[in-house]
Amino acid sequence: MISANPATGLKRPPAPPRGWTKTRILGHVLMALWIVSGAWLLYYLAINVASPFVLKYWPEYLSGFLVTLQIVGLSLLIGAVLSVPIAAARASKWWLLSKPAYCFVYFFRGTPLLAQTFLVYYGAGTFQAQLEAVGLWGLFREAWFCVIFAFSLNTSAYQAEILRGAIQNVPRGQWEGAAALGLNKQITFFKIILPQALIVALRPYGNEIILMLKGSAIAAIVTVFDLFGETRRAYSRSYDFQAYIWAAVIYLFLVEMLRRLWDKIEARLTRHLIR
Amino acid sequence: MNEALTLLSFGPEGWGDEIAWGVVVTVCLAIVTLPFGLFLGFLIALAKKSSEPSLRLAANIYTTLFRGLPELLTLFLVYFGLQIAIQVLLKMAGFDFYFEVNSFIAGVIALSFVFSSYASEAFLSAFRGIPQGQYEGGYALGLSKGKTLRLVVLPQLIRLALPALGNSWLVLLKDTSLVSVVGLSDVMRQSGIAARVTKEPFMFFGIACLIYLVLAMISSTGLVRIERWSKRGDTAR
Repeated sequence: MISANPATGLKRPPAPPRGWTKTRILGHVLMALWIVSGAWLLYYLAINVASPFVLKYWPEYLSGFLVTLQIVGLSLLIGAVLSVPIAAARASKWWLLSKPAYCFVYFFRGTPLLAQTFLVYYGAGTFQAQLEAVGLWGLFREAWFCVIFAFSLNTSAYQAEILRGAIQNVPRGQWEGAAALGLNKQITFFKIILPQALIVALRPYGNEIILMLKGSAIAAIVTVFDLFGETRRAYSRSYDFQAYIWAAVIYLFLVEMLRRLWDKIEARLTRHLIR
Repeated sequence: MNEALTLLSFGPEGWGDEIAWGVVVTVCLAIVTLPFGLFLGFLIALAKKSSEPSLRLAANIYTTLFRGLPELLTLFLVYFGLQIAIQVLLKMAGFDFYFEVNSFIAGVIALSFVFSSYASEAFLSAFRGIPQGQYEGGYALGLSKGKTLRLVVLPQLIRLALPALGNSWLVLLKDTSLVSVVGLSDVMRQSGIAARVTKEPFMFFGIACLIYLVLAMISSTGLVRIERWSKRGDTAR
């Protein structure tokens, strides 16, 4: 408690009053709007938590939720595995490797995921004879498999760019320092370059997971009953708008949880960098 | 080969004109969304950098909401929600007829929400790149707050925000394909119809992909030009 300056005996002047400026009024009005709509949403959810709609459809929502997690998890995993050779090819000095890898990445990053999914799901029919010959037709007839296929390729292109960018972002001095210490290239890469690159890549990787989770709603368009697919089915049967509201709440909750979890992971993994 | 060319020709037996019309719709949707998204995004960025905590919080809730929802779900919420809301309002006003929301308008609204929340991040980080002295200099010259913002800060802001905004534009261009799901006759939908009728799905969806690629390439060249234009002051120095 500083009440008075001991040297002069003068009291500190009180802080000037915070007037009701235009921005403050605007901020409070907007916040009031958010609070009212938030309270309305909570009330709406509360009165509907045991409504016939929820009682009838919650098992579908649960199975859709699990399918969404499955699609996102599998695609990200397969994409991560595929991204390593793609990133290596993309960074290669040999144009026969780097040009095709560049085209692959450019195609999958430049076209909508919806178009890619359609291309795989409907386009597979064009190659029915060839696919039957190699025994893959049974797989490509499944919408679920086509979605995983398209999503994996899509995310592998994005992840390859993240990986390549992060590795090339490590200063050259790190390579030179390791070489000066007599370490060979392999050890330098795995013990010195990669750990630093992955820390840089953490944030983009987190964004990619969220992007994939949001993009996975597209699976519903090609008849996969993921969370969004179940939502659409429930809406088309009941014409009850709460179908979409529940889906929005679940997706929002999922994305927000993931974002916070990722922030925690990032803080934990970079704790040695804080000065 | 000849067969494929016939399918793509402009005319009664070809799908070229239908798909070309779809390209026009896609480009229109993206271009109409852009100004709304930019303006809204700029306002949100202003709110986010304001010294008033309640305004900052309100803006942050907005971006958390629209960056957390899948774009497809946002679109469906707007498309069906708007329809229901208008229906209820009409009923309250005493009218009783079926009203259907235009999928183009629903698309513009939904994509503006999404685009503005990403654009606001771009503007916000650009605001951080402008030193306080620029504002002080503006005030010292006797310019009002609005004029300082418009004449001193904004020209520099655009230059700093351009790369991130360019990325958002490319994302927007890709997101327009989602509006085909609620019935807009864009590239995606037109090629889908062509694929179903001609039973050549791989060719038509491949063409749709190529069209999106070409649009992205044209945008990239355009963006490079705009960036060069915005940096013309730098090179003169």
